[in-house]
Amino acid sequence: MPDHPQGDDRRGFLKCMAWAGTGALWTVSGGIASSISLDRALAKPAAATGFTFLQISDSHVGFAKPANPDAAATYRQAVAKIKAMPIKPDFIIHTGDVTQLSKDQEFDDAEQIIGEAGLTVFHVPGEHDMLDEGAGKAYLDRFGKATKGAGWYSFDHRGVHFIALVNVVNLKAGGMGSLGPDQLEWLEKDLAGRPASTPIVVFAHIPLWTVYADWGWGTDDAAQALAYLKRFGSVTVLNGHIHQITRKVEGHVAFHTARSTAFPQPVGGQGPSPGPLKVSPEQLPAMLGVTSATFVRGAEPIALVDSTLAS
Amino acid sequence: MTRNVLRAGALALALSLAASAGPAPAAAASAAAVPTGPTVKIDNFVFGPSALTVSVGTTVTWINQDDIPHTVAAADKSFKSKVLDSNERFSFTFTRPGEYGYFCSLHPHMVGKVIVKPG
Repeated sequence: MPDHPQGDDRRGFLKCMAWAGTGALWTVSGGIASSISLDRALAKPAAATGFTFLQISDSHVGFAKPANPDAAATYRQAVAKIKAMPIKPDFIIHTGDVTQLSKDQEFDDAEQIIGEAGLTVFHVPGEHDMLDEGAGKAYLDRFGKATKGAGWYSFDHRGVHFIALVNVVNLKAGGMGSLGPDQLEWLEKDLAGRPASTPIVVFAHIPLWTVYADWGWGTDDAAQALAYLKRFGSVTVLNGHIHQITRKVEGHVAFHTARSTAFPQPVGGQGPSPGPLKVSPEQLPAMLGVTSATFVRGAEPIALVDSTLAS
Repeated sequence: MTRNVLRAGALALALSLAASAGPAPAAAASAAAVPTGPTVKIDNFVFGPSALTVSVGTTVTWINQDDIPHTVAAADKSFKSKVLDSNERFSFTFTRPGEYGYFCSLHPHMVGKVIVKPG
């Protein structure tokens, strides 16, 4: 279990991590940190003024190797889990690596599977989604219509500002993820003039904080993006790529990475490589999952609950 | 007539082989059909060997032995493979001396280099 994060700032830092069974829940509130058990959180519907959305990540449709011979099947299980949730989410965000190899058939299968949830899906690409001959054309033709550059965009939903960033293109030798100057300039303009009280959710594929540099698990120019976000009172950063849950809080910024629905990866540095972690078929469902995020206006907590395909 | 031409060609080839200093021409001839040059294996997100020294004209072949796709991309953009899925290969023939740094454009922490010596 990770250490309880500590902060010298009394306001808005993550206070409590409560663990129960296979799920973990924490809440961040603008002023008063609160502790809620997982059972209570799952039982209590969002207040009338709040809403829930889902994060799903790293579905790798097309992957069919020993770590998971059928990634489409586990993706389908994850979608079935979403459909069975007692609180209907407003939408889903997919934090990239929809497919394994950016093939049309893989994108078709992935869209068909997540379409079964009957919810709007907001995408950002992972590096596996930009592998076609057109260097991302297949992805952008499907998901990039209302986006800029390599697929970045923002939108507002019930008072929360969502920002989708792309950090998987134009990567430099020896580096990690990269946002690039054009996207950073766009981000600065996108945030300009917004009240600091606006809750912000940023999502991107590769973590926007350095989880493990030796494996490239970070974003070279994330500090610039975070500087633009610093004045906001509540920022939640949701990433994928590393196929496991990690968390960190810095000031008013809460970072979180989600599980994959396809295969787990080792903890940074605790294995020969960041490749798929091979586990037994019995163990696999407990290492795959989705994340639900609940926002409630007023107290402004964004509560993230990770659940596995085994739970 | 035809036989004579073939004989003349065979003679010319034999003379050129005899004139060259060493077995290099024979190796070059077979390289066109099946790559026999040095290989770099991609294993556990690492190029091995990470540094390779060859002579001008050498064809280097990269083989992806991971369960995850990789690419081979020159830092100076002088060459770039398509995406290599498991067990797929990419070959490139180095025709100019120099030091060629390369990386995986998907996992840029993966780096290697080929040092090409003048023939």
